[in-house]
Amino acid sequence: MKYLFVILFIIPSLLIAQNRVMGKVIETVADGSALPLMGANVIWEGSTVGTFSDENGDFILPYDAAYKTIIISYVGFISKKIKVKDPAVFLKITLINSDVLEDVTVEARKKTTSVSYIASQNISTISSEELLKAACCNLSESFETNPSIDVNFSDAISATKQIKMLGLTSPYILITTENIPSVRGAAQAYGLSFVPGSWVESIQVTKGAGSVVNGFESITGQINAELVKPLTDPKLFVNLYGSLNGRLEMNTHINTRLSPHWNTGLYIHGNSRNETFDKNKDSFLDMPLAKQINLMNKWQYTNLQKGLIGFLNFRFLEDQKQTGQVDYNPSVHKFGSDIWGSEVDTKRFDFSGKFGYVNPEIPYQSLGIQLAYSLHEQQAYFGNRIYDINHKSVYSNLVYNSIISDSRHKIKTGLSLTHDSYREEVDVDTYNRNENSIGGFFEYSYDNLDNFNLTAGLRLDHHNLLGNFLTPRLHLRYAPWGKSALRFSIGRGKRAANIFAENQRLFASNRAINIQNNNGLVYGLDPEIAWNYGLSLLQGFNLFERKADILIDFYRTDFKNQVVVDYETPTEINFYNLRGDSYANSLQLEFNYNPFNNLNFKTAFKHYDVKTRYNSGELQKPLTPRQRFFANLSYELITAKNPGSWKFDATYNCMGSQRFPSTAQNPQAFQLAVNSPSFSTLNAQITKVFSNQFEVYFGGENITNYSQKNPILGAENPFGSNFDSTFVYGPIFGSMYYAGLRFKLN
Amino acid sequence: MRLVKLTAVFLLLTSIAYTQNNNSKTILEVDGVCGMCKKRIEKASLKTKGVKSAVWNLETHQLQLIYNARKVDIETIKSNITAVGHDTKTLKASVEAYEKLDNCCRYRDLKVVKDHKL
Repeated sequence: MKYLFVILFIIPSLLIAQNRVMGKVIETVADGSALPLMGANVIWEGSTVGTFSDENGDFILPYDAAYKTIIISYVGFISKKIKVKDPAVFLKITLINSDVLEDVTVEARKKTTSVSYIASQNISTISSEELLKAACCNLSESFETNPSIDVNFSDAISATKQIKMLGLTSPYILITTENIPSVRGAAQAYGLSFVPGSWVESIQVTKGAGSVVNGFESITGQINAELVKPLTDPKLFVNLYGSLNGRLEMNTHINTRLSPHWNTGLYIHGNSRNETFDKNKDSFLDMPLAKQINLMNKWQYTNLQKGLIGFLNFRFLEDQKQTGQVDYNPSVHKFGSDIWGSEVDTKRFDFSGKFGYVNPEIPYQSLGIQLAYSLHEQQAYFGNRIYDINHKSVYSNLVYNSIISDSRHKIKTGLSLTHDSYREEVDVDTYNRNENSIGGFFEYSYDNLDNFNLTAGLRLDHHNLLGNFLTPRLHLRYAPWGKSALRFSIGRGKRAANIFAENQRLFASNRAINIQNNNGLVYGLDPEIAWNYGLSLLQGFNLFERKADILIDFYRTDFKNQVVVDYETPTEINFYNLRGDSYANSLQLEFNYNPFNNLNFKTAFKHYDVKTRYNSGELQKPLTPRQRFFANLSYELITAKNPGSWKFDATYNCMGSQRFPSTAQNPQAFQLAVNSPSFSTLNAQITKVFSNQFEVYFGGENITNYSQKNPILGAENPFGSNFDSTFVYGPIFGSMYYAGLRFKLN
Repeated sequence: MRLVKLTAVFLLLTSIAYTQNNNSKTILEVDGVCGMCKKRIEKASLKTKGVKSAVWNLETHQLQLIYNARKVDIETIKSNITAVGHDTKTLKASVEAYEKLDNCCRYRDLKVVKDHKL
């Protein structure tokens, strides 16, 4: 440790005046492999001093202190501006091919979240730079600065963050890592917290039906997290984080080049929280005690002459959480009736492999295979309730890309084969289930190379429990005038609900579980089927000669069948097939503006109308705010003398009131208001960048110090019938401050 | 079950069959100055029946073509490119076609070329 600090302080002092800047321009292909770009135009902004990159993508540019920004451009690629803070630093510049825009998004100005004007789908990309704005510890915390995703706590016990899109919870979102479905099945409740923030390279959020290539399950959209790659990630990366609520995190990445074709990386994450906090004096921990070890090893193979690329990933995770009353000691009180406590232990192993072949003679033809295996074992108890789940999953997908007649007509076709086996222990009951499916898909894309494109997909699946079914999806984009994109999408999704894994918070209550059996094949229930329709308009314009854009979108999800999760009877939780209507309408208005250099402003307003027909009548979905207002301001201060910079970021959120599940049948003392109050939170972070190698950050979450009063109903008697920790609408902990550092060596 | 498999195999085979045609490759030199030119050149090439893929490089002025030589010849592709106002090495665009270009795309004008280099 001492040694590290010595290095950190000596390196900057060695930087004497430089008269040139060196760097390399590369292209990252959609699959993650990198190619040097020859002949890219590299120029100092506001000058005529420039050069071209050579056959290895390398360039040398004369440097003068007056120059601040390099512009790199190359035909068919999106130009990039890079601020040069330290001329001694070797610049590694990755340009994004504008031909692969369906998978990657335009980054015209230096915007960290961008919505594509060109793709047929409504995709916004969250770049690694955006992810650094809020020092997110894991994937569930990566959406704080993105208005399309709503993040809230699922219950008052586990401090687990839950995400929602278009008003519906994460089971309806297809969550993938590197395009392989990952947060599903047993991982649904805590899976997002199993992906450390520093591993995430970028996130693509697709609203609406999505592509048929990744399966039939997605209903409201897709979230894909691209993880760091051994070829492009720094040789060494260290991140340390500590917060005043007792959370410590450490991330280390080590990347090595083994041969011209092979790169490997080892990524180690550990976190822990040992301190106990009970700020609201309800005798329960505000945050669980936790420990996590998370290891990932990646192998990347790139052979561009032969057109071959491949990835092998191995991951192992062990996560332990202990929560409940402050005085709880598992070795003394476990399964007793004096002090309430809970432990959740998870072990998970993942393997995934991706192999791709691009015909070097015919670049529009390619073949890709994805294979994944995961084993997820959770052992948990909540007071005297037990919930164990064992989930084995196999996923394979073969995709062939080509064109019909010419490259305006592209096709993707292939086969997928999946297997899932579940074994669950719920109190005294055991549920076993195997799911097998085989499916074929075909997706056609047309682009008139001007103002119109479409993607139409169809898949046919055979599933042992869901039957034989078709999944159609269609996305259209039309630009009626300049700087605009009008989009329409429609699609169908179908899935088997994992009622316990998806609603794990119910165990931290004493509600009786009732499944209103209808002789369906999954827990006696029928599969969920929904249609999603969306319309959106993106319009860019100039406001006081600075760039601005406005985005309006409306989506509707209509359930043909749904497994209704009914919390409306206070002592029970009921699961049953939908009888009647269930829909989610979502309207979002977003405005982005860049009033002056290095200052970005983003604001959004959202309105939801999410209703389901319950046994007790048609009601708004509980604990879902009907309105949300969001604003984010970020500013980067670059000082002329220093190579470093300061970055400031603040996010304001205001959540409208939310309906509590009915407590009318409870005794007076355990009744809640019909609706929760509305509340606001403010998060802010300051980052001091010392050089391209080293930066420190500190920040606060929920600075306005809002916290929900009495988040646990019946906390006085956790073994009584009214104990319930699921009525959570807002933060429990109040304000929280943190600090951290990042160190990179290229 | 069998139906699913058969359909999938059928889809895969049809798409492979589609691309087993004669693929000829060639590189043409085409003049232009900007991203709009690139779009126009590639669009004109692709709209020519038989052309499968067309990628034009601004720095090198090279247009990489993949086409079916049984359906189209190079001269037809060239004449379609010149028809939208872009010169090839051997065949030049007519004045009428050239004048239809946007001002920023006038690659014969040295000043325009210089402006783009900045």
